[in-house]
Amino acid sequence: MILVWLMVIPFVGGFLCWQGERFGRGFPRWVGLITMSIVLLMSLYLWHVGDYTQTLLNPSSPQWVAEFKADWIPRLGISFHLALDGLSLVLIALTGLIGVLAIACSWNEVQRNVGFFHLNLLWNLAGVIGVFLAMDLFLFFFFWEMMLVPMYFLIALWGHNIPGGKGRVFAATKFFIFTQASGLLMLLAILALVFAHYQATGTISFGYPDLLAWTRSGAMSAQLEWWLMLGFFVAFAVKMPVVPVHSWLPDAHSQAPTAGSVDLAGILLKTAAYGILRFGVPMFPHASQEIAPVAMWLGVAGIIWGAVLSLSQHDVKRFVAYTSVSHMGFILVGIYSGTEQSLQGVVIQMLAHGISAGALFILCGEIYERLHTRDLREMGGLWSRLPFLPPIAMFFSAAALGLPGMGNFVGEFLILVGSFPINPVITIVSATGLILAAVYSLMMMQRAFFGAAQSDEKLRDLNVREMTTMLSLMALILFMGLYPQPILDVTKATMAGVQTIYATGLVPPAASVAEVLP
Amino acid sequence: MTRDQLLALLPILFSSATVVWVMTAIAIRRHHWWNATFSVVGLNLALIGCVVAYFVSPQIVTPLLVVDSYSCLYMAMVLATGLATATLSHAYMEGFDGNKEEVYLLLNLSVLGGLVLVCARHFASFFIGLELLSVPLYGLIGYLVKERRSLEASMKYLVLSAAASAFLLFGMALIYSQTGALGFADIGARTAAITAGAPHTVLVIGGAMILIGIGFKLSLAPFHLWTPDVYEGAPAPVGAYLATASKVAVFAVLLRFFVEAKAYQYGLLLDVLSALAILSIVAGNLLALLQENLKRLLAYSSIAHFGYLLVAFIAAGQFATEAVGIYLLTYVVTTLAAFGVVTLVSSPYKGHDADRLWDYRGLFWRRPYLTAIMTMAMLSLAGIPMTAGFIGKFYAITAGVEKRQWLLLAAVVFGSAVGLYYYLRAMVQLYLRTPWVRKYSAPLDWASGTGGAMVVALMLLMIVLGVYPQPFITAIQAAGLH
Repeated sequence: MILVWLMVIPFVGGFLCWQGERFGRGFPRWVGLITMSIVLLMSLYLWHVGDYTQTLLNPSSPQWVAEFKADWIPRLGISFHLALDGLSLVLIALTGLIGVLAIACSWNEVQRNVGFFHLNLLWNLAGVIGVFLAMDLFLFFFFWEMMLVPMYFLIALWGHNIPGGKGRVFAATKFFIFTQASGLLMLLAILALVFAHYQATGTISFGYPDLLAWTRSGAMSAQLEWWLMLGFFVAFAVKMPVVPVHSWLPDAHSQAPTAGSVDLAGILLKTAAYGILRFGVPMFPHASQEIAPVAMWLGVAGIIWGAVLSLSQHDVKRFVAYTSVSHMGFILVGIYSGTEQSLQGVVIQMLAHGISAGALFILCGEIYERLHTRDLREMGGLWSRLPFLPPIAMFFSAAALGLPGMGNFVGEFLILVGSFPINPVITIVSATGLILAAVYSLMMMQRAFFGAAQSDEKLRDLNVREMTTMLSLMALILFMGLYPQPILDVTKATMAGVQTIYATGLVPPAASVAEVLP
Repeated sequence: MTRDQLLALLPILFSSATVVWVMTAIAIRRHHWWNATFSVVGLNLALIGCVVAYFVSPQIVTPLLVVDSYSCLYMAMVLATGLATATLSHAYMEGFDGNKEEVYLLLNLSVLGGLVLVCARHFASFFIGLELLSVPLYGLIGYLVKERRSLEASMKYLVLSAAASAFLLFGMALIYSQTGALGFADIGARTAAITAGAPHTVLVIGGAMILIGIGFKLSLAPFHLWTPDVYEGAPAPVGAYLATASKVAVFAVLLRFFVEAKAYQYGLLLDVLSALAILSIVAGNLLALLQENLKRLLAYSSIAHFGYLLVAFIAAGQFATEAVGIYLLTYVVTTLAAFGVVTLVSSPYKGHDADRLWDYRGLFWRRPYLTAIMTMAMLSLAGIPMTAGFIGKFYAITAGVEKRQWLLLAAVVFGSAVGLYYYLRAMVQLYLRTPWVRKYSAPLDWASGTGGAMVVALMLLMIVLGVYPQPFITAIQAAGLH
C-alpha cells in the first residue's frame, strides 16, 4: 500500500497547491516542498527496510520487494499493479530529491500562478513515480503519456521566450509531439505483444510478470520479437534522447523554466533508460542483442555529437542540454554492453547525471536571476563579482567532466570497464567523450567566470536556501564518487537479473514456434 | 401488438408524444423556459423508457424496427445528446430576439428520427429515420435567420444532404431490384446467394451509392466538404448535436446493417471502407492544422475521429462492436463538452458566436474552471491518458491490432501525431495572457444554469471514463450485436 501512497501523495499535494493559492503565494510552495520531502523520506524508509536482493528478475527468489495489485479493467486483463525493486527504488529516491530541488529553485523565480505551477510540477513528478512503479504495461503507458501534459504546461506557460528562439509554445509542442508520437509506436508494440500472448496462451493480460514469463519461454518468433523491440526502442530512444531524434531536448531546455529543466534533465530522461532496462532488454533479449551494435554506435554518436555541439552554444542552458545528450550516450552504450559492471555503471551514471545536470541548471537559473541573461558572450569575469557561485559551478563542471572522486566518474568508469570486453572499439571511441567533456566544461567555465568582467558591480550572492541546496548536492555527488557501494548493493540484484536475461539473448531461442503475427 | 412490444417502443412513443406536446404548448403560449422544460422532461421520460425497453428486449416490432440491448444503448446515447443540446440551447437562446421556442420542437423531431434510425432493421425505417433526423436539422442550422453564415450553412446542408439522400435511395432501389428484399437480414441472405463467386455489378453500384450517402452523413473524406462550413455557421448547440447525435445514430445503423446483412464477408467493401478511413484521418488532421476557427477545427477533428472509428469498425467481430461502442461513447462525451464550452462562452447569443481561437485567448485567467473543462476536452480529443479519449483510441487501436490492420494503424499513429499539434495549439490559447481586449467570457454564473451543470457533468464523465472505464465497458459489452 505504501507504493500507492508514493504516487497518490504528490497528486493530492498538487491539487492542494492549486487550491491553496488563495491563502497566499507561500502556501503552494510550502505544500509542494513538504509533499516532495515526504516522498523522499518514504523512499529512504523503503531503502532502509527492504530486502533488495529480491526482484522478479532474480532467478533464486523471483518476487518483488513490495507490491500492490488490484483489478482495474478486467475485461482486457489490465490491473493496477505497482511493484518495487532496487532499480525502481533508487530512481524514486532520485525523483523525490529532484522534486525537492525543483521546488526550492523556483521559490523566487516563479511569481505568476504559483498554485497552478506547483500542480503541474507535482503531477509530473507523480507521473514519473508511476512510470517507475508500474508493472502493468497499460499502466506504464498510461503514466508514460500522462507525465507529458504537465511538462507541456510548465514549458509553455512559465518558460522563457529567449531572443532568437522559436518561442516556448513551439518548444513545448515539439517536446510533446516527439514523445507522444513515439509513445504511440510503443503502444502498438505493447498491444501486439499482448495479442501474441493471448493467441498463444488464451489469457489476455497486460501484466509485466505474465508477459515476461511468456517471452522468456522462447515462444515468440524472432521476427515478431524484432518488431516489438523496435517499437519500444523508438519510444525510449526519443525520450533518452538518442542522436538523430534528440532535437527536441535543447529547444525544450532553453525555453523551460529552471524547475522544468531540472525535472527534465534530472528524471524525465531517466525514464527512458529505466524503460529499456525494465522492458526493452528483459522482454526482448535476442532482438536487443541484434540491435546492440547499432544502439551502441548511436550512443557513441550521441556522446560525440552532443559534446561537439555543446562547444558552439552561446546559451548556457542549451550548452547543458547538449552535454546531457552526450552523457546519455554513455548510458546507451552501457545498457547495450550488458555486462554487470556496465549496467551498474549505468545506474550510477543516471543518478550522478541527474544530480549534476540538475545542479547545473539550477546554477543557470541563479545566474539568470542575477544577470538577466543566459548568453555566455555577455557573462565573463563573474568570478570576481560573486564569491560563492563560481566555485560551486566549478565543482559541478568538474563532476560533469568526470573528475575522479565524483559520482559521474564512477558511472562512466564502470560503463567503460564493463563495455571494453564486449566491444573495445566502441569503448575507445566513447572514452574520447571524457576528453571532450573536459574541453567543453573548462571552456564554459572560462567563458562565464574568467576573463574580463563586464562590470565591476558586485552581484547578490547565494542566499541560505540556494546555498543549502547546492551544498547538499555537492555532498551527494562526493558521496557517490567516494563510496558508491550502498547504491550498488541496492541495484545489484536487478542488474544481475537484467544481465542474465540479456546474456540468454546470445543463444537463439530454443524452439521457434510458428508465426503468431505477420 | 403485444404488451412487451409496446413497452419496447416506449422511448419512441414518449419522444413522439413530446413533439406533439411541445408543439401544442408553443401554440398555447410562447414561454421559453416552459417550452424548454417540457422538452427536457419528455427526453428524460424517453430515457426512462429506454431502461424499460431494455428489460423487455429483444423485441421485433413490425418488420421495420427491432429493440434489442444494442438499440437501447444507442437510443440512450442519442437521447442524452438531445438532452445536452436542449439544456445548452436554453442558455444560448436567451439572447436571441426572434422566436426561441421552435428550437426544442425541431430538436425533438430530430431526436425521434435518431431513435427510429437506431432501431431500424429495414430499408424503409432506415430511410424514414434518416430523413426525420436530417430534415429538422435544416431548420436548426439556419435558426439564426438574420445571420448570413447560419443561413448559408443551412442551404449548403439542405442541398448536399438532399443529394446524399437521393444517392442513398437510389442505391436502396438498385439493391431491391436485384434481391427483392428490404429487410437487412433478407438482403444479406439473397446477396450471398446471388454473388456466390463473382461480384454482381448492379449490387456493387447500389452498395457504393449507399456508402456515398452514409459517407456524407458521417462526413467521411472525400464527402466531408460541407462539414466545416456547416459547423461554423450553425449555432453552437446545434453544432454539438450535429457532431454527435446525428453521427452516432447513422453509425449505429451502419454497424447493424453490416452485421445483419453479413456484409463483412465482402473484401471489396472493406477495402473501400479502409480507403475512406485513411483518407478521413489524413485529410481531417492535415486540414485542421490550418484552422483559426475553433468550430471549423472541431469539424475537421470530427472527420478524423470518424476515420479512427472506421478502423475499429473494419476490424469486425464481437470485439469491434464493443470498440465502436466505447469509441462512440467517449467521442460523444468529449465533443459535447467541447461544444458545450463554446456554447457557454457564446451565451447568451449576441449576434456572433465566439468561435475564433483568438476569442479564447487567456480564458483561463477569467474562467479557470470552464477552461479546465475545455482543456480536458482537447486532451481527450487528442487521446491523452486520464481522459475518455484515451480509452476510445486505445480500443480502436486494440481492435486494429487484433485484426492486424497495420496500414490503418500507421494512419492512426500519423493522424494522432498531427492531431496533437492543433489540439495543443487550441489548448494553449486558453492560457496565454493578452493585455488587451477581452470580448468573450462566459457569464460569471455559468455553472449555475442547467447548461453549465451539464458541461460539468460531462467533464466528470470524461475523467471517470478515462480512469475507471470498466463499468462502461461492461454495459457496452452487454449491448453487443449477436
